[in-house]
Amino acid sequence: MEVQQRVEMKKVFITGDDAVAHAARQSRVDLVAAYPITPQTVIVERIADFAANGEFEGEFVAVESEHSAMSACIGGALTGARVFTATASQGLAFMHEMLYAASGLRLPMVMAVANRALNSPLNIHNDHSDIMGSRDSGWILLFAENAEEAYDRVIQGFRISEAVNLPVAVNLDGFTLTHSAEVVNMLSDEAVGAFVGRPPRRNTLLDKEPKSFGMMALPDTYQFFKEDQQRAIEGSRQAILAVEREYGELSNRKYGPIKAFRAEDADVVMIMLGSYAGTARAAVEATRSEGIRAGVVSLGWYRPFPADELLRAVEGASTLLVMDRSVSYGAIAHPLASDVMAALYRAGIRKRVVNVAYGLGGRWFTEDDARRLFRYASKPGPDFESFFYYGGESE
Amino acid sequence: MSSDAVRQQGEASSAQVRSLFEVERRERLAPGHRACAGCGPMIAVRQILQASQEDPVVVNATGCVEVVTSVYPETAWLVPWAHVAFENSAAVTSGVEAAMKALVRRGELDKERPVVVFAGDGGTFDIGIQALSGALERGHRMLYVCYDNEAYMNTGIQRSGATPYGAWTTTSPYGKIWPGKRERKKDIMGIVAAHGIPYAATASISHWKDLMTKVRKALSYDGPTFLHVYAPCNRGWRFDPSLTVEVAKRAVETRFFPLYEVEGGRYRITLPVTKPRPLEDFLSIQGRFRHLLLPQYREALETLKRMVDEQWERINRMAAATAGS
Ligand SMILES: Cc1ncc(C[n+]2csc(CCOP(=O)(O)OP(=O)(O)O)c2C)c(N)n1
Repeated sequence: MEVQQRVEMKKVFITGDDAVAHAARQSRVDLVAAYPITPQTVIVERIADFAANGEFEGEFVAVESEHSAMSACIGGALTGARVFTATASQGLAFMHEMLYAASGLRLPMVMAVANRALNSPLNIHNDHSDIMGSRDSGWILLFAENAEEAYDRVIQGFRISEAVNLPVAVNLDGFTLTHSAEVVNMLSDEAVGAFVGRPPRRNTLLDKEPKSFGMMALPDTYQFFKEDQQRAIEGSRQAILAVEREYGELSNRKYGPIKAFRAEDADVVMIMLGSYAGTARAAVEATRSEGIRAGVVSLGWYRPFPADELLRAVEGASTLLVMDRSVSYGAIAHPLASDVMAALYRAGIRKRVVNVAYGLGGRWFTEDDARRLFRYASKPGPDFESFFYYGGESE
Repeated sequence: MSSDAVRQQGEASSAQVRSLFEVERRERLAPGHRACAGCGPMIAVRQILQASQEDPVVVNATGCVEVVTSVYPETAWLVPWAHVAFENSAAVTSGVEAAMKALVRRGELDKERPVVVFAGDGGTFDIGIQALSGALERGHRMLYVCYDNEAYMNTGIQRSGATPYGAWTTTSPYGKIWPGKRERKKDIMGIVAAHGIPYAATASISHWKDLMTKVRKALSYDGPTFLHVYAPCNRGWRFDPSLTVEVAKRAVETRFFPLYEVEGGRYRITLPVTKPRPLEDFLSIQGRFRHLLLPQYREALETLKRMVDEQWERINRMAAATAGS
């Protein structure tokens, strides 16, 4: 059934970075404080262009470092203003200390992370090492698969973060999404403005009654704050779903915690984060023609972790091929696989798990690579194995 | 704003504080905080808050002041207050200030509020200098106060870039080879003034009228201003808690800590010390310098004296060179 399109949309051919900059502009952000780093730089440049031309209503502060970018965002959010920033890689690592301050102070904000490898050795290309280092900083972590999804999730991010008083990071793969142009169906400024509204009232530094923020908590109280944070991010599931639903009605674009492709009857399901999910999906047909029932599940949310939805989607599979674009050095499994295995254990389910570290530092992953891995995982093997996969060649 | 306009604005509102009756009576810092008896930084904070004609928003760096005033669920702050971390109070303030501008433009806030930063010498001279420099360069309106107790006191008396030559701290102990701290104190005023900000001044808790006048001047400027406040720490400097103000006073009277301001690029000594007391009067009433008075550290004492003289001469030279400019 054709769903009635309620708002006008403009088809534009832009990069992921441009799309994100437009999303921030249209979301009526009050403050952008940012520092350039490849492959995020274009986001900052675009917003500066908007500001220079009077197309951006907020303040643009070109700070002197990422640490100060996040600090200034925290300062801005403390006043009750809507704030946005973007970073990647070393920049995110440099912000690390402040990520905890933002979530601990329960400040809504949105940050786009143009995922990129960390040095050494120096590498500007995409993988997920940067965000995995920030995994436990108390932020809601969303992943986009294409430029339009990055655009949508930034807009949704403001509503989500303001509903639960937690910061939201929208991850988009560096270069793959940030620098390649795609068709994005952009909503009108008015539609986005109406969707995001203005930030709801909350306790701020500018309240009439003076309030203290960022106090010191001794062992008798500190843990209560942490428990509250955990409850808040667990409780954010409902808020994220509600915002996604409402946005879906507006844009006819439906998101959710997971995207399952031919998983219902699959025997081997590849589980992934980010843009290579499209590559994997493209390999499913050919793999099935070889007699291997392949499927793909990609995650739109990483924190809170959508364990129930994921397990439901892979119910019938005997093997899970969990694809990690970062390394948890010395661990039994890499980050995504650790989460998947914890979910399985909690549900009392045992399946063969093949954990693959791949695509590090931007190394290619092709349809042929996906087929090769499906083929490998469909053969009997140990309950758990983990290896590095160097693909990037065609068969 | 042109530098002339800035200067006029500053001078027009430079209302000299002459008596206690001109000072806000309502306390902005509640009694009952957890500072040590005789804490110099807390005296500085109270004087600065009382000097302001409006309730400021306070941003506080990690350090003694933050820790003793904010143990949850109690707060000593009767004005809005935020602490985020050790090194970034200037950056946090940049965000507060810029966001206020946007909110005023949207009509959601009637006017911008003055923002006062309190950061220690560690949070200013060392780890916070990048964020401070960035905020000064970008011109955010704020009064940044560095309360200088010449070491990291919150972590237990370690040297900072503000610790004077020859002073004992736990990371600059004196011994057979070391004379205490082996390096000179960083010229933070020179660094800050080099940003071309409208107003920067030194002040001491012992000279409260001078200090309060400078606070009012600083707050009158539409831009970043800086106050470097001498605030002795009896725990770290090893003196009796009843002597805090006396120690600060002697620092000024020996020319160890000159009181001056840099307004619109012009240096001006606000307390000319024509007949300085001997430096020993300042060194001997505290423990951290006492070793310098022993014969085996004579050379170090001479070096410190030379540094004090050089500093005084440099400021005088700057004042002469920029007078009437
Ligand atoms: C990034 C970071 N490094 C180190 C510390 C530990 N630390 C907290 S306060 C402090 C010293 C503060 O010194 P100063 O700024 O001079 O203020 P004071 O304690 O003297 O009031 C240090 C080293 C910290 N909080 N954060």
